[in-house]
Amino acid sequence: MTAGQLPRWVDFGLIPFLNLAAAFLVSGLVVILIGENPLKAVQILVWGSLGYGEGIGFTLFYATNFIFTGLAVAVAFHAGLFNIGGEGQAYIGGLGVAFACLALDQYVPWYITLPFAIIGSAATGAAWALIPAWLQAKRGSHVVITTIMFNFIASSLMVYLLNNLLKKPGSMQPETRTFEDGGRLPFLNDLFPSFGFGYAPVNLSLFVALAACLLVWLLIWRTKLGYEIRSFGANATAAIYAGISPVRTIVITMLISGGLAGMMAINEIMGSQHRLLIDFVTGYGFVGIAVALMGRAHPVGIILAAILFGMLYQGGAELSFEMPNITRDMIIVIQGLVILFAGALEHMFRPTIVRLFTPSRPLVAKEA
Amino acid sequence: MNETPAIELRRINKSFGPVHANKDIDLVVKKGSIHGIIGENGAGKSTLMSILYGFYHADNGDILVNGEKVTIPDSKAAIGMGIGMVHQHFMLVDNFSVLENVVLGAEDSAMLAGGLARARTELKRLEDEYELRVDPDALIEDLPVGLQQRVEILKALYRSAEVLILDEPTGVLTPAEADHLFKILEVLKNQGKTVLLITHKLREIMAATDMVSVMRRGEMVATRETKNTSMEELAELMVGRSVLLRVDKKPAEPEAPVMEVANLTVTDSRGVQVVKDVSFSVRAGEIVGIAGVSGNGQSELLETLSGIRHATTGTLKINGETIDLGASHLDAADMRAKNMGHVPEDRHRMGLINSFTEYENSILGYHRDPAYSKGLLMDLGAIKKAAVSEIEKYDIRPPNPLLKTANFSGGNQQKIVLAREIERDPEVLLIGQPTRGVDIGAIEFIHRRIVELRDAGKGILLVSVELDEIRALSDRVLVMFDGRIVGERGANAEEGDLGLLMAGVDNNNAAEGGVQ
Repeated sequence: MTAGQLPRWVDFGLIPFLNLAAAFLVSGLVVILIGENPLKAVQILVWGSLGYGEGIGFTLFYATNFIFTGLAVAVAFHAGLFNIGGEGQAYIGGLGVAFACLALDQYVPWYITLPFAIIGSAATGAAWALIPAWLQAKRGSHVVITTIMFNFIASSLMVYLLNNLLKKPGSMQPETRTFEDGGRLPFLNDLFPSFGFGYAPVNLSLFVALAACLLVWLLIWRTKLGYEIRSFGANATAAIYAGISPVRTIVITMLISGGLAGMMAINEIMGSQHRLLIDFVTGYGFVGIAVALMGRAHPVGIILAAILFGMLYQGGAELSFEMPNITRDMIIVIQGLVILFAGALEHMFRPTIVRLFTPSRPLVAKEA
Repeated sequence: MNETPAIELRRINKSFGPVHANKDIDLVVKKGSIHGIIGENGAGKSTLMSILYGFYHADNGDILVNGEKVTIPDSKAAIGMGIGMVHQHFMLVDNFSVLENVVLGAEDSAMLAGGLARARTELKRLEDEYELRVDPDALIEDLPVGLQQRVEILKALYRSAEVLILDEPTGVLTPAEADHLFKILEVLKNQGKTVLLITHKLREIMAATDMVSVMRRGEMVATRETKNTSMEELAELMVGRSVLLRVDKKPAEPEAPVMEVANLTVTDSRGVQVVKDVSFSVRAGEIVGIAGVSGNGQSELLETLSGIRHATTGTLKINGETIDLGASHLDAADMRAKNMGHVPEDRHRMGLINSFTEYENSILGYHRDPAYSKGLLMDLGAIKKAAVSEIEKYDIRPPNPLLKTANFSGGNQQKIVLAREIERDPEVLLIGQPTRGVDIGAIEFIHRRIVELRDAGKGILLVSVELDEIRALSDRVLVMFDGRIVGERGANAEEGDLGLLMAGVDNNNAAEGGVQ
């Protein structure tokens, strides 16, 4: 009765759909409770996120963040590691992007800066995952605990750095100077005006995210390292039997995971804010966990789940604008329900579905 | 003798997808008898028992308990009908006491204390009645497996089981413990209980049962009175043709040693010496068997030689190269690079990754071989091609390299491991429990392969707790007891002689296998 016995379309289509439907059903009840029309709310949410160019642009912008953080969580999943430090790794990744941009933006065009920003963000994000990885590999300190603690350390460290070292001279704002053109990724609206993305900050890093998806897919399913990561995650004892070093696998996997989380900063810092500022991650790292869970740790699933959460972010903003009764907090409740049903309760419907798809009928009771 | 049978099954059918696991099964189990059900792995024994115990529902057919038609929706209902099950893998909480485990799930009130006191009295009564001595306050983790199994039986009796199902109960027991179990079953029978014994071991059927039913490929092919049948007849019924119970091999022609182990000592994570100053050699063209009751250091010896576990001291000479195992921390990949293959004792825990496909498992441990890479990526084409050729050569069924390994039967899983290790042409092959949980047809095949490898001039170190297997395959037998090699015998060692050595000769505790 394992997952393998279900048809793929059920496993990857029907079950996520049912989970989502349940989440929206409960959300609908909440909307009714506060006296609004749930169907209208859904309409606004969908329209706000997909109904017009600028809305789509915002949805894709958020989705870009979620792809990076979702991939980060997914890669660690494959090694049986639960990296919930995406938040901190992305935040520290901002340093790498900012260093690249501040150093180069006045001298070279953006396409020269971009590779350095990618390397910088991945390196700083990975560095932030290194200590938890090392502690897990060598001391058995659980990454769930250490990575979440590192989120707080990251937060404090960034406040210190921005206030004391990186702040623009003479400014009260805890942020760096604004980057010149050489440190700004082109907005997709400027590249493809016909889509009408308007003022949406969706930018070239969307393609960096999609490339990362492809690379992660290749890494996990087509390379020796990916084979070792999956072996270790599926059966650590068998991995040791196969001569796969647990220390090496844990550390490398966490570095890749942290690097991917760090790359989220490219979208926010180089693509949209054009300066390093306080608290720019605002929960994207945590949502990445839900995205990875819902996307079954597969890049294609992650892209779809990232778009869904992008819709919730963007459509939710529209919803609280159109229906003032539905506050920003309500939107968070709805997002929470989606995470609850798609992530935490992912297996709720599974046993029933397995039973439905198992071609057998229960023993019929007959009286003797 | 016209009394109602304890259990009667009529035309039970059960399919899993395309697999027809039980076909029109009829079975009558007499009250107060020990009824054996024998069949190869995958013959449908476990499915049938799971239906009886409420884990699965039959597609159709009737179940009669004491002559009444019943439906068994879950195991709670089965227990209510007086059906108890002792699982192959014990369902015990290791850090609970015997008493706590017995009442677990059958506590009769919210507060434990009163219930425990009553349970203690009841447990005492059961122990006396069925001669199942066990200290109610001992922690499960401190008990040897034989006693843990006794706790499982007590659990079932505490729930007033009238029919007791034992699923492969001797898989984890020493021969002495198994004999003791059969005595317990005899007592249970004399007290009027009915026992269903599921096994694939012919010897146990002959030793312990009154009746035996044989299953083959989902069908019940025969039911015999045990005293009117023979091992040969049962074996033939099981596989549908006559089988060789002995391995056909010519005398070994050993050459120079290919592996020499000297003064090997291994300490486990608790600081206990598990292998103590062991020295031996394996020559090219011979099979050296290591006999011993499970848990006497054989597993650790294999794991150390294969690079999974580190030695404290000792040297290994392999192909003329001498390695200080205490100083160098070689891992399994390093050992493979020295032409040492390893078929691990536990294929589920170690030898295979069950969620991987067959072809992915066919390179486990050899995945860094350049032959399987094309630039940065793995050459899936080459890997699948190699997998397909192994599937053909080892008759692995179903012949589908894309199938998840978990979906192969035990025998075929073992063939996947064996093919992977043998086809890399090792000079030395370490083999642990090559036929554990493997059906008779596959056992024959696996034994033949091992002998072929020997005849090709390779050195083989075989660890098995099946004494029959050791005696059938080995050209030399080393006996391990308490971490030491306590004796060496030739190819024709007597079973009784080896048995005494395995028991440590003068140490009767080991033979009893008991703390008590």
